[in-house]
Amino acid sequence: MSLPDYIKTVSRQGRVDITNLTIQFGTGKQSFTALHNLSMSTKPGEFVCLLGSSGCGKSTLLAALAGHIQANGGSILVDGQQINGPHPERGLVFQQHTLFPWKKIIDNVAFGLKMKGISRAARHEQARELLKLMGLAGFENHYPAQLSGGMLQRVEIARVLINSPKVMLMDEPFGALDAQTRMMMQQLLLEVWERIKTTIVFITHDIDEALFLADRVLVMSARPGRIIEEINLDFTRPRHAELITSSHFMQLKRHCLELLHPQNSHFPLQRVHSLSDAPASEPDFAH
Amino acid sequence: MPPAGILKTRFARFAIGRLMLRAGSLLICILAWHLAATHHINLGIATFQNVPSPPDVLEAALALLHSKKMLAHLTASMSRVFSGFLAAAGVGITLGLISGRSRFAEDVLLPPLEMLRPVPAVAWIPLAILMFPSSELSMVFITFTGALFPILLNTIHGVESVEARLIASARSLGSGRLAIFTEVILPGAAPNIFTGLSIGMGTAWFCLVTAEMIAGQYGLGYYTWSSYTIQNYAAIVVGMILIGLLGMVSSLLIKKLGNLLMPWHVARRNKS
Repeated sequence: MSLPDYIKTVSRQGRVDITNLTIQFGTGKQSFTALHNLSMSTKPGEFVCLLGSSGCGKSTLLAALAGHIQANGGSILVDGQQINGPHPERGLVFQQHTLFPWKKIIDNVAFGLKMKGISRAARHEQARELLKLMGLAGFENHYPAQLSGGMLQRVEIARVLINSPKVMLMDEPFGALDAQTRMMMQQLLLEVWERIKTTIVFITHDIDEALFLADRVLVMSARPGRIIEEINLDFTRPRHAELITSSHFMQLKRHCLELLHPQNSHFPLQRVHSLSDAPASEPDFAH
Repeated sequence: MPPAGILKTRFARFAIGRLMLRAGSLLICILAWHLAATHHINLGIATFQNVPSPPDVLEAALALLHSKKMLAHLTASMSRVFSGFLAAAGVGITLGLISGRSRFAEDVLLPPLEMLRPVPAVAWIPLAILMFPSSELSMVFITFTGALFPILLNTIHGVESVEARLIASARSLGSGRLAIFTEVILPGAAPNIFTGLSIGMGTAWFCLVTAEMIAGQYGLGYYTWSSYTIQNYAAIVVGMILIGLLGMVSSLLIKKLGNLLMPWHVARRNKS
């Protein structure tokens, strides 16, 4: 399958530098620190997975990168530019899709281009190509309610890709899918990414998923979130499902398990998801 | 899975079955009324002694139908109801969108409106006569007060129920304030707005008799009210039935219009 021209020009951008990022929620006694002095960076076109158990602040980190929440300290640069609110160059994909139920699939995908003022014919053409790339040709005129969960996530990814983002931010995008669909989506994501080479920051608590997808895995500690380990993965690409059962993979998996669940110190933490069902103490970013 | 053709016929049979059931229920009610009225049944707390029977009512209806005034009654009432309804839709949706989006507007606008909401239409009559230069406008105003609140409150509810995640996502995709409003808030609130419009249409008809108490000559409400004053009981029932029918049909039309404009909503409902 050939790739649309407008997508090929994206790469070699998307360097992310996060320095000493601190994020707190609430005030007074109610306040708590979600992230404390966290630093990380990505190379352009790199696939980075943030791995951590629930409540470690990884979603908060992603929401800050997206520009939906403000940092209390530190800086986030994308290609040397300080980020300043949400922007289509940083596309966001959630676990629960956020497609507009009232728009047809093709109009959902073309939405970003509509916001840029591109004509209907031109944006539909691009959307159609992207839907084909995601294996959804023929579903252009359906409504989201008529598609399955896996298909909806593919539409969601296409909707972000149409903006040619420098960075794609993915917050457990396949977490709600069944195991088989999830595996298929991981392979599809890798296929698409290997063509477009945009930077991906991918959040997951699933060790297999992180090790299978990423160039580099950053393991986060429990709250306040810090990065406690960096794992470079040199598995050859394209990767296939057999990788998961290889001995090197298993060895790394065991290592990650120990990092995430050290003996005697695992307390379940209240989930702090920054962009859905936000507790009242969090900033009201949506208005 | 059976082929689509069979499914369709099954569905059609099912639909016809339900239709017959509904028609049957209506027929039984009329029959019960007929028996009660012709036998002058006395239930103790209620009596059918002076209640006109269905044939009497039919006769009165035919008389009205053949009179030259029928068309004038109909057009007068419909223009009053629709003007009041349209004004209420304009004001209700606008205020609802604003108060749904802005807490400040909600705090400023809602308290006085909430206070006016329980005031019944009939209590508005003297003030409406004093406030408006023509009785026609007073009547429109009374149907307006009936339709306003369901539309306003449903619109506010619709706007507030738009998911924050969708708004956040639209911002991420490059939407500004105006685009968020037109692309997310408005379509997101649309199902609730249409519910409000459909209820509001019903309540506008509901207030018609009250409104047309001040009418001089024409209108279904006026016809009903004046029949009462001259003790023409069969005609009262004709007026009641006509108002009920017109209210039901126009509410239904609004609902159909909503389904036509929101095919996605129908798709979503059929799924769940």
